[in-house]
Amino acid sequence: MLNMSEGGHIPVVDPTGTDGISSLLWLVIALPLLGAAVLLLAGRATDKWGHWLGTLMSAGSFVVSLLLFVDLLGRDEGDRQVSQHLWEWFSVGGLEVGFDLLYDPLAALFLLLITGVGTLIHVYSIGYMEHDPRRRRFFAYLNLFVAAMLMLILSENYLGLFLGWEGVGLASYLLIGFWQHKPSAAAAAKKAFVMNRVGDMGLSLAIALMFVTFGTTSFSGVSAAASGASENTLTALGLLLLLGACGKSAQVPLQGWLLDAMEGPTPVSALIHAATMVTAGVYLIVRSNFIFELASTAQTVVVIVAVVTLLWGAIIGCAKDDIKKALAGSTMSQIGYMMLGAGLGAAGYAFAIFHLLTHGFFKANMFLGAGSVMHGMNDDVDMRRYGAVRHAMPVTFLTFAMGYLAIIGFPGFSGFWSKDKIIESALADSWLVGGLALLGAGITGFYMTRLMLLTFFTEKRWKDDVHPHESPAVMTVPLIVLAALSVLAGVLLLGDWITDFLAPVVGEVAHHDPPLPALAITALVTLVVAVGVAAAWFLVGKREVPITPPQDVSFATRAARNDLYGDAINEGLVIGPGRHAVHGVTLADRRAVDGVFTGTAAGIGALGTVLRRAQNGFVRSYALSLLGGVLLVLLALLAVNLV
Amino acid sequence: MTDVTPYIVLSAILFTIGCVGVLTRRNAIVVFMCIELMLNSCNLALVAFAKQHGNLDGQIAAFFVMVVAAAEVVVGLAIIMTIFRTRRSASVDDASLLKY
Repeated sequence: MLNMSEGGHIPVVDPTGTDGISSLLWLVIALPLLGAAVLLLAGRATDKWGHWLGTLMSAGSFVVSLLLFVDLLGRDEGDRQVSQHLWEWFSVGGLEVGFDLLYDPLAALFLLLITGVGTLIHVYSIGYMEHDPRRRRFFAYLNLFVAAMLMLILSENYLGLFLGWEGVGLASYLLIGFWQHKPSAAAAAKKAFVMNRVGDMGLSLAIALMFVTFGTTSFSGVSAAASGASENTLTALGLLLLLGACGKSAQVPLQGWLLDAMEGPTPVSALIHAATMVTAGVYLIVRSNFIFELASTAQTVVVIVAVVTLLWGAIIGCAKDDIKKALAGSTMSQIGYMMLGAGLGAAGYAFAIFHLLTHGFFKANMFLGAGSVMHGMNDDVDMRRYGAVRHAMPVTFLTFAMGYLAIIGFPGFSGFWSKDKIIESALADSWLVGGLALLGAGITGFYMTRLMLLTFFTEKRWKDDVHPHESPAVMTVPLIVLAALSVLAGVLLLGDWITDFLAPVVGEVAHHDPPLPALAITALVTLVVAVGVAAAWFLVGKREVPITPPQDVSFATRAARNDLYGDAINEGLVIGPGRHAVHGVTLADRRAVDGVFTGTAAGIGALGTVLRRAQNGFVRSYALSLLGGVLLVLLALLAVNLV
Repeated sequence: MTDVTPYIVLSAILFTIGCVGVLTRRNAIVVFMCIELMLNSCNLALVAFAKQHGNLDGQIAAFFVMVVAAAEVVVGLAIIMTIFRTRRSASVDDASLLKY
């Protein structure tokens, strides 16, 4: 209730009905879903052209998204929320859930990112998975993923969002474990699934709490009623939503699955574990801004989680020799930046989404580039056996370099604008948070330069039977498109377009005065990044790179190679005690519960053994007991009558 | 009103003799006869009390006891005969196989 006075700034979701082009909204989800259904149900009959169908469906979805986007731009600013009621999903007691879709500026940007990058990755996969006998199934899963992700983004209520949320979890599981013949892939898929369930528990509890508090789970209902709820309820809601976001977005403490998820085919890593699915947590928090704005404690926790994760991921990225795992560490770190933006409240929502978009472009670009390198290197992922690949793969090298310059924040590239804005907002919030975000930018410069040097520069270290070659056009064209987007996506910030565009959803950007002039901050960020790059140049680029990783390394390196002992922490804090608890409970069950029952039965059995001695077979002893009994009864009657 | 005390006393004496006989004798025929003795002591008591109360309830009950006793004799003697035929003994203690 403390924040009631600020309640006026928080936008309320109040959509109008669909008409004209916007009534095509359902097609966005339906097309990829249809693709997945056809490919999965029709089976081998579609093996020949299944990948084309999958790509076509995704592209169709992109075209519809584009039409919708143009339609949205043509509307007045106050009229940019449309919702489509498809049917009543279910109605139980007081809970009525409609299958409603909501299309607003936030959803519009996500739609373009998912379908756009998704389609490019579909195209790329045609080449990448060419020799895989189960390619058709791969495309079915990709389509299923896209459909689920679009459901997540487009739903007008938290239950529909949850449907999509679980759908992407399922698709992610299927795709990480796509090469199920590898035990490591199967284990990684299971790990991702289980760790995601922990987060999903948070989200489902949040939905239940919403229903109890507000009696509805729709965005419009909750956003309208949120200011009336008590601060404790809102804080609890915020923390539960954050738990869900942590699971899906691989934030500390649920970060462990993302690095293992690199077991999946590389296009999956690019689509799901870099560009789209892992950003669902950021989406959830930005979408729930009407809750977080009223729960400052929850916002603080978001910021803490984000800062810890952005450093955690960056440090892991510094020590990994597996090119995909180094990129995965970087993904974790970059999502940490987005979470940081989201945790800063109205000052950061738009920038979080901006960074999410630019990251979607450059990280997909780099993951696909890494896949292209692996493709040419006999699927080797160890960067210590790469070196000087740039001569063999000029297109991959150049496109990857664009992604690299974007992620470290080279002036003018997309990442420069988006990361800079988040660090600026963080510095305005507090020196500590801003300083740590700045440090993260420096480490990003270090590990990305290390990756770049190990892969494309230094001397060649691959074996003689490896013949690096440029990938086919079906793979390089998506790389070129993504590279162009990585370079140019910064234009979204021109004239504050993106913040104005998102204002109806997340509110106007609150202008704090940063402690330094904006230009000084930009210069500082660039300087810190330059220091990181230079450090990488002197530590990696100028030295001989051993093919086997040196073992006599500092504790920090060893910790980073072991994912900062994330698995050991889980093992020690959760799995170990859990196993002990289960052991204790089974022991108690066997000893105490079973003991009472078997003990009672054994006691009664023993008593019976003693008592049956009375059945000795002698008629006269029976007669005596009969007589005794009769006498007892008579005496008892007598006693009763006398008294 | 007749004084029935001597009949009741006699009845009690007969019942006690029967009781002791059942508990102490081993020969099945003797045990059987003792049971008959107990039944008849009961009959005596029933008839005596019927006389005292001046109605026929007790006497009717005595008739029933006689009928039951006759039936019991038929079944009981048949069992004793069979046991004797198979085991060459009429001792009740010998027939003690049915036990714990």
